[in-house]
Amino acid sequence: MLRACAPSLAAMAAVLGLAAAPALAQPDEDELVINGETEIVTETEAPDHMEYLDTIYSGWRFRADETQALEMDDFDNPAMIFVDEAADVWNTVEGAAGESCASCHGDVSTFEGLTASMPKVDEDGELVVMEDLINECRTERMEADAWKWSGIDMQSMIALIGVQSRGMPMNVAIDGPAAPFWEQGKEMYYTRYGQLELSCANCHEDNYGYMIRADHLSQGQINGFPTYRLKQATLISRHNRFRGCIRDTRAETFAEGSDAFRALELYVASRGNGLSVETPAVRN
Amino acid sequence: MRKTSAILAATLLMAGAAWAEPPAPGEVMFEDGAVMDSLTGVPGDVANGRELMNKGSGNCIACHEVSALSDLPFHGEIGPMLDGVADRWSEAEIRGIVTNAKKMFPESMMPSFYKSTGYIRPGDAYTGKAAEEPLPPLLTAQEIEDVVAFLMTLKEE
Repeated sequence: MLRACAPSLAAMAAVLGLAAAPALAQPDEDELVINGETEIVTETEAPDHMEYLDTIYSGWRFRADETQALEMDDFDNPAMIFVDEAADVWNTVEGAAGESCASCHGDVSTFEGLTASMPKVDEDGELVVMEDLINECRTERMEADAWKWSGIDMQSMIALIGVQSRGMPMNVAIDGPAAPFWEQGKEMYYTRYGQLELSCANCHEDNYGYMIRADHLSQGQINGFPTYRLKQATLISRHNRFRGCIRDTRAETFAEGSDAFRALELYVASRGNGLSVETPAVRN
Repeated sequence: MRKTSAILAATLLMAGAAWAEPPAPGEVMFEDGAVMDSLTGVPGDVANGRELMNKGSGNCIACHEVSALSDLPFHGEIGPMLDGVADRWSEAEIRGIVTNAKKMFPESMMPSFYKSTGYIRPGDAYTGKAAEEPLPPLLTAQEIEDVVAFLMTLKEE
């Protein structure tokens, strides 16, 4: 699990037999089945493009049993109330054009599979994420106001659309027109930002499974986003989490909805290719 | 750098044991990753070093387990356990690692605690906003000495 070319202190400690007792040093062995019927892949072979990891794991595998349990039944999942509210919004006419989501798209189930392929490059050659698609519909077709990137209405709708793909394997394209965006995101993933000089990889590739203070580090997968974080008691967007992580390196972070974060989202999503769409996941 | 040393030496002669000014973060002299001389000439405060292990910009136990600090919750596992660290490393080596671990271990994940320039997208603490270099180092020169003094008490033999 440790990059062979970059032995960390943890690696050296392991060699010297100095590491703390690794009581939680690995993901657990639990299996996730939602509502007793939807099997979720939480562990699988890493996609070919990943050089340093053999196996990828959902963040669910790093959480305590009581947190895991909240995601195993939609009646217990605190995020489902937001999904239900989004289902009402789906059918609600809004904006000057007199349209609802349903008046063009019919049942939301028509979006089965979409989340598994996002982000992707659109016909204009731009990398788009789900927030972009929703706001384009709202402003251009519905003639309604755009939603704020991490607002609860936006993230609830993304979760509702995501649930249509729940259990399907993440499979974002990284080649062809996506390649330059993917390379940009990869570059960001390995850049050591801020005064603490930490990259995404320092924690989520080199040291997943270990404790950093009170946090059990996961691989930083985003297949469960939007994710209900117990700490914030609401649905959290992917870019909000990216922004917070980079801020916590004592860096000038990037903005939600920035092209930089779109690229990072593509790259990080591609590191989860093969894991199931899991939104709305429940995490700490 | 040689000139700096000469100035420091002259200052030492004039001021006795204490430097007039600690070296700026970029002026610290490393030898194979170690820093031979105290950054301040003032002996480190073990009690304050113990405090810094747990909080502020030290927060060493976020990544390192220390049995002597077992009264404090949530020790991390990312870096090596520090029990007996003073048996394994000299004071100069420990000072070098706390000052800037990357001088000894170039790929280390450990933050550089006495460094003020050369960052990518430097920020204003944890605000997420930009900050101009030079940044205040994570620990002051005396705080480095305090942490070193605490670590030097971690002996098992």
